[in-house]
Amino acid sequence: MASVTLLVNRKKHQVEVSSEETLLSVLRDRLDLTGTKYGCGEGQCGACTVLLDGKATRSCRTSAAEAAGKPITTIEGLETDGRLHPVQEAFLEAEAFQCGYCTPGMIVSAVALLASHANPTDEEIVGEMTGNVCRCGTYPRILQAVKKAARPARRGPAK
Amino acid sequence: MSRLPSLPDEFERLEHEIVGRLHRFDVDRRALLKILGGGVLICLAAPAASAQESGRSQEREIPQELGAWLHVDRDGLVTVFTGKVEVGQNIRTSLAQAVAEELRVPVASVRMIMGDTDRTPWDMGTFGSRTTPTMAPQLAAAAVTAREALMDRAAQRWKADRSKLSAGDGRVRDTASGRSASYGELTRGEDLAATVSAEAARTPASSWKVAGKAAPKVDGRDFVTGRHRYSSDWSLPGLLHGKVLRPPSFQATLVSVDSTAAEKIPGVRVVRDGDFAGVAAPDVTTAERALAALSPQWREVAGQPSNANLFEYLRTKAGPAEERQGGGSIETLASADVKTEATYSVEYIAHAPLEPRAAAAEWKDGKVTVWTGTQRPFAVREELARAFRIPVEKARVLVPDTGSAYGGKHTGDAAVEAARLSRAAGRPVKVVWTREEEFTWAYLRPAGVIDVRAGAARDGALVAWEFHNYNSGPAAIGTPYAVPNRSVRFHPVESPLRQGSYRGLAATANHFARESHMDEIAKAVGMDPLEFRRKNLTDPRLRAVLDAAAERFGWPGRKTSEGRGSGIACGVEKGGYVATCAEVEVDRSRRSVRIVRVVEAFECGAVVNPDGLRNQVEGAIVQGLGGALFEAIRFGNGRIENPHFAEYRLPRFPDVPPIEVVILDRRDLASAGAGETPIVGIAPALGNAIFEASGVRLRRLPLLPEGVLPAAPAAG
Repeated sequence: MASVTLLVNRKKHQVEVSSEETLLSVLRDRLDLTGTKYGCGEGQCGACTVLLDGKATRSCRTSAAEAAGKPITTIEGLETDGRLHPVQEAFLEAEAFQCGYCTPGMIVSAVALLASHANPTDEEIVGEMTGNVCRCGTYPRILQAVKKAARPARRGPAK
Repeated sequence: MSRLPSLPDEFERLEHEIVGRLHRFDVDRRALLKILGGGVLICLAAPAASAQESGRSQEREIPQELGAWLHVDRDGLVTVFTGKVEVGQNIRTSLAQAVAEELRVPVASVRMIMGDTDRTPWDMGTFGSRTTPTMAPQLAAAAVTAREALMDRAAQRWKADRSKLSAGDGRVRDTASGRSASYGELTRGEDLAATVSAEAARTPASSWKVAGKAAPKVDGRDFVTGRHRYSSDWSLPGLLHGKVLRPPSFQATLVSVDSTAAEKIPGVRVVRDGDFAGVAAPDVTTAERALAALSPQWREVAGQPSNANLFEYLRTKAGPAEERQGGGSIETLASADVKTEATYSVEYIAHAPLEPRAAAAEWKDGKVTVWTGTQRPFAVREELARAFRIPVEKARVLVPDTGSAYGGKHTGDAAVEAARLSRAAGRPVKVVWTREEEFTWAYLRPAGVIDVRAGAARDGALVAWEFHNYNSGPAAIGTPYAVPNRSVRFHPVESPLRQGSYRGLAATANHFARESHMDEIAKAVGMDPLEFRRKNLTDPRLRAVLDAAAERFGWPGRKTSEGRGSGIACGVEKGGYVATCAEVEVDRSRRSVRIVRVVEAFECGAVVNPDGLRNQVEGAIVQGLGGALFEAIRFGNGRIENPHFAEYRLPRFPDVPPIEVVILDRRDLASAGAGETPIVGIAPALGNAIFEASGVRLRRLPLLPEGVLPAAPAAG
């Protein structure tokens, strides 16, 4: 067991972790941040995606120790002062979900995508998000939501 | 009388039976032995277990008192109670719309309590596309009854002329005096004493104001912020995490287990009961370590079937055939001008809900409470009662809105496991299945073999239709085409793998076989596939969707170019009418297939939530193309060989073609369910399109198990 400091959603957390413990399990079971989901445990579905140092990262394949000291943003950290992030707004508007279980991972992946591609093409969105599974099949709506969120008018804090 | 139409027993048995139960605790057997004495145990226990698993509950009275369904509190907030559950099909929203419509309140003032066995009326389960045709009218009738009762109450209180009162915006108004009172002021939070009448005059769809319009998902914000708690997110004070020891192969029995090492890990509790062994620990990592520290001895069963001999197995092990659609004389087939025959097959596929099975259980004063993602909370309550030999009143099942199901969450396996561990640990325990457990120990959509023989006159009129389905199921097995001589039979088989319900059930397999074969006969008589279908269709609703899809797709006079092909398919099931057109591009040198576009027309009567419906239809097409093109369970030797997303391919972003959905809104017809039937058209439409593009007739689902056309195509 080792003591590590995790910087989650701009807050510091000191946690005792074993070497094999995943970031996903620490977020969900110790910090009660259950918006990040378990879907496969093999990095194949994207339900567990968080931003680690600004990059979309599969928290089920990342040990808590590896994440120590780096800024981590989970789905719970995207809202600011009760205002949704533009990507969250766009998902709501496009009704880009059914059961909603993949939604946090989709939104976090889309936030990372838009940080590196301000105005992504359809091909870029499809290419970057192919690691995220929506078993309900709402991909066409997610594509629309990401494009909506990318529009210049939508950038910056939501109204 | 407020009885809902009850489903025939056969519907339950054939469509929703889940084969096998995962655990039998010694606690059952010891208790039974005490009651019965030894020898008769097995023959008595077995029928009881199978009755349980088929979910055949005795006919239940649906409560008639309004308070069981609906309550208006002091502030006018309307609480509605239903045993149905939300698994992504969006009924939390569409049912709230149905209530809001009749009660004349905004959707936002309706709160749905769903799937809580202590608080909601008994319900068989959320499956079979039954919510919209049965639960929505039931709740609408309750809302009408409540509205009338509120007006009665106002008339009494005001000593006003009842006929001058009106209800709207959550208030009752007296048009004569101009006074008004909110619903909350009228009820003062007391239940309205009234009897729900099925004859309550519901608003016709043509006059809907709230229903019939797109309504955003209730609690949608909680889903985009991660705030919504699924069963797998559930937390309770002192919660432990549970893991269950799984056999190395199907039918293996646990001979012994050495738990010495596991028990030495601090905080770990090991439970052994009959063939069940599991651990509970303060965190998942410790639970996994403890599970790995168990040393079990298993007795395995050799010689189990595999993909290689599956279809032969299903044919040879079939039980007595059941006639599902007959008429005329099938012997006429022999003398038909044109005769065709072919065999089609479908593999086992997995539901793969993104949220795996999960349950959190807690015992208090001899009563167990379980939060779990299931489509059948009341059946899971019975499973718990049976497993722990307690009356059903001592078990409560609550279903938080669930991370999808698609027919895959009819059982309470995780609920029983969490409850067993919790009872031993004396603390709440949560069990969340891993993806591998989900693939291996849940249940699958049945595999099947289908033989079709058909006869037609030279002018294209169908004369005879013979159809045999082995194991996959009887849903939508009958042909909707006008054929004078028919013999349609279902051959049940004891499945080698645990199988059960799936979105659309066997309608996908039966549509694949029928609609593929329709194209084969069309080719044999030299007709265009659309014209051939039109010639043999009399059902006006089916013709309407077929024409709508064909028109939007541009089927008549469509251009054909090298390597491009189009396919069409249609059908009806569970009150929903569907027609699907697909265009594909085949690169013969690379043997690759690309879906260029899909158009689907769907009609399910009056549409309650148009955007919600569109979402369901799009999703069904996307999910359906997985089973159509590449999804298949590989198995052998009692093991699932591809129990991970890396090996079991799911539809992803690049697999999704442009999809156009045409909704036919029939305000003059009762609303049917829509979660399932839109899935059935895509597989045959793709198979038919690939044939037109390449000349290769594919008769197995998935069509492209290797991702490309087969190297040596079977003779067309």
